[in-house]
Parts: sequence; structure tokens; C-alpha cells
Amino acid sequence: MSLKNNIPKGPLAEKWTNYKSKMDLVAPNNKRRIEVIVVGTGLAGASAAATLGELGYKVKAYTFHDSPRRAHSIAAQGGINAAKNYQNDGDSIWRLFYDTIKGGDYRSREANVHRLAEVSTDIIDQCVAQGVPFAREYGGLLHNRSFGGVQVSRTFYARGQTGQQLLIGAYQALSRQIANGNVTMYNRHEMLDVVKIDGKARGIITRNLLNGKIESHAAHCVVLATGGYGNVFYLSTNAMGSNVTAAWRAVKRGAYMANPCYTQIHPTCIPVSGEYQSKLTLMSESLRNDGRVWVPKSVKDAQAIQRGEKTGLDIKEEDRDYYLERRYPAFGNLVPRDVASRAAKVACDEGKGVSKTGLAVFLDFASAIQRYGKSAALSQGISDPDAGTVLKLGEKVVEEKYGNLFQMYEKITGENPYKFPMKIYPAVHYTMGGLWVDYNLQTNIPGLFALGEANFSDHGANRLGASALMQGLADGYFVIPYTIGTFLSHEIRTPMISNETPEFKAAEKEVKERIQRLANSQGNQTVESFHRRLGKIMWEYCGMSRNEEGLKKGRQMIRELRKEFYSDVYVPGSDTEYNPELEKAARVADFLEMGEVMMLDALNRNESCGGHFREEFQSQEGEAQRNDADYTYVAAWEWDDENPILHKEDLEFENVELKTRSYK
Amino acid sequence: MKLKLRVWRQKNNQAKGGFEVYNVEADEHMSFLEMMDVLNEELISKKKEPVAFEHDCREGICGTCNMVIDGRPHGPQKGTTVCQLHMRHYKDGDTITIEPWRVSSFPLIKDLVVDRSAYDRIIQAGGYISVNTGQAPDGNAIPIDKEVSSEAFDAATCIGCGACAAACPNGSAMLFTAAKVAHLGKLPQGKVEHKKRVQKMVGQMDKEGFGFCSNVGACEVECPKEISTENIAMLNRSYLGSMLSTND
Repeated sequence: MSLKNNIPKGPLAEKWTNYKSKMDLVAPNNKRRIEVIVVGTGLAGASAAATLGELGYKVKAYTFHDSPRRAHSIAAQGGINAAKNYQNDGDSIWRLFYDTIKGGDYRSREANVHRLAEVSTDIIDQCVAQGVPFAREYGGLLHNRSFGGVQVSRTFYARGQTGQQLLIGAYQALSRQIANGNVTMYNRHEMLDVVKIDGKARGIITRNLLNGKIESHAAHCVVLATGGYGNVFYLSTNAMGSNVTAAWRAVKRGAYMANPCYTQIHPTCIPVSGEYQSKLTLMSESLRNDGRVWVPKSVKDAQAIQRGEKTGLDIKEEDRDYYLERRYPAFGNLVPRDVASRAAKVACDEGKGVSKTGLAVFLDFASAIQRYGKSAALSQGISDPDAGTVLKLGEKVVEEKYGNLFQMYEKITGENPYKFPMKIYPAVHYTMGGLWVDYNLQTNIPGLFALGEANFSDHGANRLGASALMQGLADGYFVIPYTIGTFLSHEIRTPMISNETPEFKAAEKEVKERIQRLANSQGNQTVESFHRRLGKIMWEYCGMSRNEEGLKKGRQMIRELRKEFYSDVYVPGSDTEYNPELEKAARVADFLEMGEVMMLDALNRNESCGGHFREEFQSQEGEAQRNDADYTYVAAWEWDDENPILHKEDLEFENVELKTRSYK
Repeated sequence: MKLKLRVWRQKNNQAKGGFEVYNVEADEHMSFLEMMDVLNEELISKKKEPVAFEHDCREGICGTCNMVIDGRPHGPQKGTTVCQLHMRHYKDGDTITIEPWRVSSFPLIKDLVVDRSAYDRIIQAGGYISVNTGQAPDGNAIPIDKEVSSEAFDAATCIGCGACAAACPNGSAMLFTAAKVAHLGKLPQGKVEHKKRVQKMVGQMDKEGFGFCSNVGACEVECPKEISTENIAMLNRSYLGSMLSTND
């Protein structure tokens, strides 16, 4: 099957406007007779459900959480990008577009990214109107800061809790539509299958997590906004419940999984402390605005720190290697995430890590505290402040900017980051890959759409900081409300879909059998132990750097682990009650297949780009080496139990010249 | 460290619940929930039923985790959710009692899991600004005083965990409701519907069966986001004001 991306013709900057003006619409009287299912209530799902409800569609929204407000978008810290150019520093839609294309290492679609940049400004307006308390200047206007991979300040933020505030905005908009009766909300319902009728997505099968009841829900079309698959690595910054099941179930019904090997390893996370660890905690990228990353120049000093004989404070200035500033003078500590993560790995591989495990680098605020302290003293009229005053004032400024992050760091590590430099290490954070979608955000299954992190479309091989929130809300507020019409305008004569057709009955039966099989698993190993082992395989062979031999081995190991899982997993309790272990078992089962496709995709892509670093393809300085001649395409995988099938969508660059990405 | 846990076990809302005692070996670097994971892994490997508890982000922001630890919602550390509480605050030989939120408007589901959907319904009653997508003016069209915005933010940090109601001897949801009213009511965008919002949200809060506020102040003490009871004073003033005035 060929992949038609349905990108409209015409000049890049006019595509979206022209397309919107001419697309088929659904009249208000018809919208009332059309049902839409939205799965997931994070930024993309909640904003889509709310907006579609406002437009008059009959929306049914689903989340496995106890409330739509719990979705993991809530945990995003740093901010949201928009090409407002409020700072008058040279920002524009083109620049946001270009930064995103370059940041993604030239592996995303021009038309999608340009549209994202265009609607970014509307998102800020919408969120302000909803009451999102963004950071402001003393004059009352919106404040901005910088994020990695860009040279302007276009990031809007609400302290270190931007995701929370944006999600609450979307949740409130959704709540209003629930109250109005335009959206019916199904909490604690996990989607376990997509139902197709005559090739079109017409509904889903869910499990009511309170009583285990398997239910059929029908609609004219289905929108998945179910997030990314980072938890395939077991340890990640994702929430414990984040999973690939909804997207993976769509794949098992014929949807394609695009670029699954593109995973983002975030450079600034709190390092792993022990085997019992359940998740990793991110320290926002915004910290790299002021924090300087370094390791000792000598392995000897590093070893002394590893043994606990020295701390960072004992290393003299001239014995420190601020390696990001040294290697990438143009962007310094604000290089994109993939670059910063690999550089940290290189430093630790050289034996210069600064924790007991040797897997950590410093993120140091001492010079920022000095700088801010001096300027604060001046602004208070103290022309010759003593060291104590500078420190006090400087710490106060840093606290205002990053207080909650510093507090979180101290809670987790028990160490005061105002006194000692933070220790950080890269961790799995985001997945650029996802369900293949066309320009309309429709998958290759008609009537099945995918939004936000669940799709693959905008970030290429590496996502820039503060762009996930932007994409989630762009898709939900400003893209899908239009593009869903391209499918639904042909469905206005379709009566309400019944959930009692043979297709629903058959899917229900399959889901029941799958769940019962897991619920009756009386082996000897816990679900958690399988998940942990899968994570180790993924991190070892498909993590920050990959090679052909490892990927082949990893794939084989996953296949064996999958077999072992079905023969020896133990799931307590029954399938007719509240049973979190059973929920987890079903999700891990899907991760065990997803992991294999990731290995395959990484093996297929004989180049290094963005988050995908193949050891065989690097420059002499250790920078990623793309192969534009052979790999300027989206790899979309069709599942097959034996050998998944690769479909290609060529990426055409008409406006941007493909260059070697340089931040030097 | 070796710990003794007294954990509330209850099969469902109809069943009779009670404490079970478990011994668990913990590490001081673990979070409280990781310690619970260790307990559950042990129970499962003995083919016993694990303790049901809710959790998700494990970084203190989603509001999912909820346990009363030694009589205090979210445990002993100020401004901290259970998931951010670490075992270095305990010592070898400690006995820890773990219970669910005990609020009649949060019916128990299983063990430590309760149903907090009443909070969703309070928001649905009016905890929003009525603006459809696409209707917004430019983000900088309305300047907002930095201090005012910051106060609104402080109220908006509520994570909807329910600790305020769990801490309150009356099981009142005043702090939760007041935080939302203050978040939106302080901002110029939210002032338009303020009176209506106050009436509707308070009405829903009463309908859900939450108790009355008698100014005990336990809610503020136990709130993991340290939301101030000053918001309750604002809610009371606004509620009274909305009853006395006729224009919206």
C-alpha cells in the first residue's frame, strides 16, 4: 500500500490557509448527528475533545485515569514555544519552522512543521484567555525564555509547571463541554482495541478498570491521543501508567507505526540510584539557560568524586571541562537534547562521571548565582556588595526562576543544589516516532486519527524543548477540528453506528480472550520483572547509541522474552475486578512487541540522525552522520508476527536545504 | 532498614476492611511508593494479593497518589506528595500506618484507592472560563500585574489530590473549590463569570456531600502544594457578595 501524505499543493506558507479555506465542512445540523471518539485526555486529547464538543459534534472521551486531569502532559515543566516575537529578537514563523526542521535533523515533513509554527501563536492567545497564568514582566506583559537548539527567546512558561497549567486549561475547557452535554466522559476506561467496519475505524473496545467489564463503543470516527511509548524502556521520565497499548492495538488492526526508533533521551534527569527504582525524574531543560554542564578534566579527580573523597566544590576552575561550551561554542549549554545527551555519555564513557555509579555529570549554578547576585545588588543600589550579599541575592533570583525544580531535586536526592552542583544524567523522555498520519492527522486506516505524541509527524528525529506542548495543543485546538472534516464530510448520511454489529462482537470476543489468558497466567515471575528486563534490553541495545550487532541481538532477546512472558508470568487477582497488575500485564505484553519494531527500525536506518545514533555512522569528532541519499524517508512499519513490513514515505524538502546540523 | 507496615486492606466498598501487618526491607534512597512496590513484589511472588494504591507521575504533580500515613495525608513532610516522600525520613525499626483518604464523598474502591470524581464534578459546575477555541484576543492584549498573576498561579497549582478534604475533620472541600475560584477570579479574564462561578461551584460542593468549613486550617497544613486558606476567605467574601448583589 502506498502512503499518501495528502499535503496540499502551493507555496509552503500558504498551504494551510488555502487548504482550510477550501476544505469540505460539516454543517452544524449534521455535526449534531455525528459521533467522535477521543481516546486520551492529555493536552492533545483534552483540547481536541473540548474543541470538537464546542463545534457541536457528539464527543465521547476516554481515559484510563480516574480523572482527565491526571494525563502525563501535566508533568511537563519548561514551557511552550510560539513564534510571537514579543521579545523583538528576530523570531518569526519561518524561524520556528526552520529551527524545528533543523532540530529534527531533517527528518520531518515541511508542510506539517510549517503549519505547527503558524498556529503556535494562536495557542498562546487561547491559553491566556482560558486563564493560564503564564510568567509576566513587571509591565504585565508575557515573559519568555530560551530553550535548546534556538537563538531566540520564544518559550512561554508558568514557573516549572507549564504542562500542569496548560493541561488544567484544556481540562477546564473539556469540563465545560462535559457539563454542557457535548462530551460524555468515560474515566477509568482503557482502550483495548479499534473496531473497523468496511475498512473504516468505527469504534473501540474498552475495559472498565473498576469492574473489568469489556464494552463496545461506536462512533463515526476515532481519534487517538494516547501519548508516547517511552515506558518500553521501563525507566523513563514518563508516568508509571503511560503506555503504548492504544496505539499498538491500532497497529495490530493495520495502522502503521512510523519511525519507532526515534526516541528522545533527555540530557538532564536525576541519575539512577538503585535497582528498585521505578521511574526517573526530569530536571527541566530551562535549567540549561543558567546551569553550566561540566565534568573534571582528569579521570583521577572524577574517581575521587566517585569514591566520595571529593565533591564538585573541590575541583578548581581550571581543572573543570565545560565540555558543551568547549565543543559547541555557538550554542554552548543550550545545544539540542540529543547532542547534549551524547556528549554526557561520551564524558562518562571516558571515566569522568561524577557519581558513585560513574553515570552522572554536573549541572552547576554557581556562576549564575554570582551573576544574578551582582546585578540584583546593583539594582538595589548596593554598588560594592560583599560575597555573602551577592550569594544571598543570587540564590534568591535562582529560586524565583527554578525554585520548584531545586526543591524537587533536593527531595529526591537529599542534596542541596544551591550549595553543591546538581548531578544529572540522560534518560528516556519522549518518543518522536508514533502512528503514521497524513497531513490531516489521519492514519492509513480511514477514520482513525492520531494526535500529539501518539503520532510521528512534526519532530523528525529529535524534538526541540518546549515543542511537545506546542504540538499537542496545535493538533487538538487548531488542526484536528478542521481536518477531521475531510473524513466526516463524507459521512453525513451515515446513521449512528451501532455497537452491536458482528465486527464489534468479534473484537469484544478477542479482547476478552486476551485478557482472560493474562488473568489466568499462573507462572512464577511478576509482570514488573518482565518489564524491567525488557527495559534493560532496550536501553542496552536501542538506547543512546546503537549498532547492527547489538540491534540484531536485542531483537532476538525480545522475542525470547516475549515467549517467556506468556509461559511464566504470574498475574494475581481476577479479570472481573479492579486489578492494576492485570492492567500492567496487558500493557507490558504490547511493549514486548513494540520493542521489537523499534529494534527493526533502528537496524534498517543505516545512518545517524537526531535521537537515533548508529555507532557505525559518525564523523571523526563523534557527530552524527546522516545519509540523505538513502534515508530521507519516513519508515512506516506494518506489523507481522514474523517479519514486520516496511513502507516508505519519501520526505521532500522544497524550502529548506539539507545541511549537516551544526551547533558549533 | 527494616520496617513494619500496618496497611488498610478492604476488598471493596461493601466489604469490611481492616489493618494487615507486613514487614518490609527498605533502602533510604527509595521513595515511599518504591517501598510499596517492594512490598507488592514480595506479596505477588508469594502469590498473595498486592496492596492496591494509586500513583502515576511519581513526581508530585499529577495528584493521583493518596495515602494517609501515620494519620497525615501524604505523610509527615511538608509540601510533599507521597510519591516525593523518601525513606531517608524513616529509621530502622519504625512502624508505619497506611490508610486511604477517609472522606464520605470519596467512596472507597479497594484498599487505598478511592473515587475522587466529586472534584471533577465541582470543576464541571463552573471551574472554567467560557471561551471557545479561536475566540481569544492576542495574548498581550490584557496586561496583568505580575503580582496578581503570581497569586493566581499559587492558587492554580492545586493538583486535585483530595488531601484537603482528607485532612479536614468535617471532610470539607473548601480549599479545593476556593483554589479554583481564586485562580480564575483574580485574573481579569475570569472576573466576568466570577459570581456565577462561585455560586455554581459552591452549590455542587454541597450537593456532593462535602462538610462545612469551620476554619480548622488542617487543609493548608497538609496540602502538598501549600495552598493558602486565604483563598477560602476570598471564596467566602465572593459567595456572600454574589448572594447580596443581583447583577452578575
